[in-house]
Amino acid sequence: MSINRPIIFPKTNSGNFVSTEPNKLAFNDGWQYAPAPESTDHVTIDQRYKLFIGGEFVAPEAGRHFETINPATEEQLSSVALAGEADVDRAVKAARKAYNGVWSKMPASERSKYIYRIARILQERAREFAVIESLDGGKPIRESRDIDIPLAAAHFFYYAGWADKLEYAFPGRHAVPLGVAGQIIPWNFPLLMCAWKIAPALACGNTVVLKPAETTPLTAMKLAEVIRDAGLPPGVVNIVTGAGETGAAIVNHPDIDKIAFTGSTEVGRIIQKAIAGTGKRYTLELGGKAANIIFADAAIDEAVEGIVNGIFFNQGHVCCAGSRLFVQESVADEVIRKLRDRMETLIVGDPLDKNTDIGAINSASQLETIESYLKLGQEEGAQMYQSSCAVPDRGYWCRPTIFTGVSQSNRIVQEEIFGPVLAIQTFRTLEEGLSKANNTPYGLSGGIWTDKGAKIFKMTQGIRAGVIWANTFNKFDPTSPFGGYKESGFGREGGLHGLGAYVRLEA
Amino acid sequence: MSLAAVPVSTQMPDLGQVTRVDEVGVKERVARFQSRSIKKESKVEALKMVLSMIDLTTLEGQDTPGKVRQLCQKALHLHDSMPGLPHVAAVCVYPTMVGVAKQALGDNDIKVASVATAFPSGMTPRQIKLEETRIAVDDGADEIDMVISRGAFLQGEYGFVFDEIAAIKEACGKAHLKVILETGELGTLDRIRRASVLAMHAGADFIKTSTGKIQPAATMPVTLVMLQAIRDYYYETGRMVGMKPAGGISKAKLAVHYLVMLRETLGQAWMTKEWFRFGASSLANDVLMQLQKQATGVYQSADYFSKD
Repeated sequence: MSINRPIIFPKTNSGNFVSTEPNKLAFNDGWQYAPAPESTDHVTIDQRYKLFIGGEFVAPEAGRHFETINPATEEQLSSVALAGEADVDRAVKAARKAYNGVWSKMPASERSKYIYRIARILQERAREFAVIESLDGGKPIRESRDIDIPLAAAHFFYYAGWADKLEYAFPGRHAVPLGVAGQIIPWNFPLLMCAWKIAPALACGNTVVLKPAETTPLTAMKLAEVIRDAGLPPGVVNIVTGAGETGAAIVNHPDIDKIAFTGSTEVGRIIQKAIAGTGKRYTLELGGKAANIIFADAAIDEAVEGIVNGIFFNQGHVCCAGSRLFVQESVADEVIRKLRDRMETLIVGDPLDKNTDIGAINSASQLETIESYLKLGQEEGAQMYQSSCAVPDRGYWCRPTIFTGVSQSNRIVQEEIFGPVLAIQTFRTLEEGLSKANNTPYGLSGGIWTDKGAKIFKMTQGIRAGVIWANTFNKFDPTSPFGGYKESGFGREGGLHGLGAYVRLEA
Repeated sequence: MSLAAVPVSTQMPDLGQVTRVDEVGVKERVARFQSRSIKKESKVEALKMVLSMIDLTTLEGQDTPGKVRQLCQKALHLHDSMPGLPHVAAVCVYPTMVGVAKQALGDNDIKVASVATAFPSGMTPRQIKLEETRIAVDDGADEIDMVISRGAFLQGEYGFVFDEIAAIKEACGKAHLKVILETGELGTLDRIRRASVLAMHAGADFIKTSTGKIQPAATMPVTLVMLQAIRDYYYETGRMVGMKPAGGISKAKLAVHYLVMLRETLGQAWMTKEWFRFGASSLANDVLMQLQKQATGVYQSADYFSKD
């Protein structure tokens, strides 16, 4: 049976689809895991957060604030300062002063000591950061504890090491810092994106003004505390909270030398237009619609695990998520069957529960976007399958979802959904797989699953994407550059390449 | 133990069609199982389930009828000062001890499992293996734990291994057959997967990792690969095959992680002693100690638990 033939699932009362195929495994009754919530006793979240400018926490000039909520309960966690143009100007002035006065003049070996100190304090306070990240953003504690926070610390450690070795990074050239960097980051990996942005900028001798996303400002404000405690000279790092208006103030500020943005392709376009002709440098890390390609000769069970890690990691709020699955037709039925059984074992719910696999959708508006795509997919005639798990009454939730019976012309295949939603197609030949994988305006990442080394090389050479994983997916490391082709962005972050985005090379 | 409803078709499978295994991926999956946090009532439930799945084992050259009778006593009375405990699934002994164990266990539903086929090496002619199996069954063994001919398997003589398992299965009659792959001698996860497929197609009721005489014995990655093979065989044929990791599982926490792996790979239907066993000698006492800790909040000295 080819998967292109529709598989009919009868609808149950709950509205979910249940397979009636024979020899089905049963995952739902019997022995269950008791709740194992991570304690929040050791965490303090202030009722109100100010802006971090010039080494101090200062109130926003216009006195405006916005709420940040816990997406798993819809309860308010804190109230956060809304930075206006005047606040951004103040932050840029502080950054410029720190750049001219201290940071650009400091011996590089001294700079690296400060960055190491940030890394160490982050490690010491890792548990606290993990809990806050999960509270504010909805991601499961398993991920914030095992991935986000350790990786953020690792980025600081890694770039701290480069600070006094730039002459080896660019042999025969002289690397000069750019000045003040304006950095705007998304809500999917709040602290990790802070680290991706701040660590290389500081290592190269720049100062920064950073804006976290409006739904996830808390770990950035906690990082401000760490930066203060690490004794960084005032103004080297400034953190201003707010939404699009604050971001625009950073992008349009005349005294900023470089813009680093991670977020949607739509906003990336606006930024690129805004800074055209200003001489500002920029790196943009934008959307993606990665192809995850499973060949018939792959280790199928591990590939199924890779599909799960590719699309359900961080609720699918991952720009490099493997959201388009291509399965070679002879193993398509097997892969989909195993994937559905695996989906049944995914636990959706309380992000603070150590057994949770999929946490809360980050915000009401993102949930709305995802749900509109679920509706669209069904209207387009695709077959939707969701796992049968229960989800809490309050908060924003989306069950892991796959669509079969789709083609390249479906919008759910073309557009970035940024949720736990996978579109599955089949292919026959390597050439067909390659051509379909590249048939997208995006080019951020990709995955290949095969037991044959030669096939891996052929595919990696052919796929137009910045990061390609072979027999694994969504693996990150500070030493590895990350970034996109085509509409997925410009420039690279991470590794040696990430340094290049924060220096001017002179003879 | 209920017999599988589906008749076994003993046809040599095409091992070239068996899916490949990626060791890195297997280890990552295992790490995920081990990151599950099992607390409170689900821990107590799991620990009791572990007890009920143990094949209490003594396989020593120095075994005596007295020692086997002691083991059977332990099988029947794990820790009588703690009420509500299940008893173990079976005792596992050498063929010469089957009669002793059978008599000691009486009418209880604890099974007597006998190793056979020149355990642990399997290096003896087939007619002797068959005769040994028949004798153990005649003496009352409910289950036979055979070893495969690893040398033949490694040489690629799959047909020989297949025929041997099928012949032993026939010699078992009503007794259930557990097929020991001795995974520590197979070397790669790919071979373990293929050996699992071969054994199931040849009629195995259970597949089992190890004799316990070779290191490494049971590990979670090896067991996962075998569970996945069982799942694929079930998808294909509808016949359930049991799994027995044996050797090296002596701690309660590790055993609970095996249950997590079982639950998330084969689902709830396999979570009984009919379909999953731990081959272990010292695991029971650690589980008892953990249950005592759950009940009282403190650990008791090891001297409170009988060692047989």
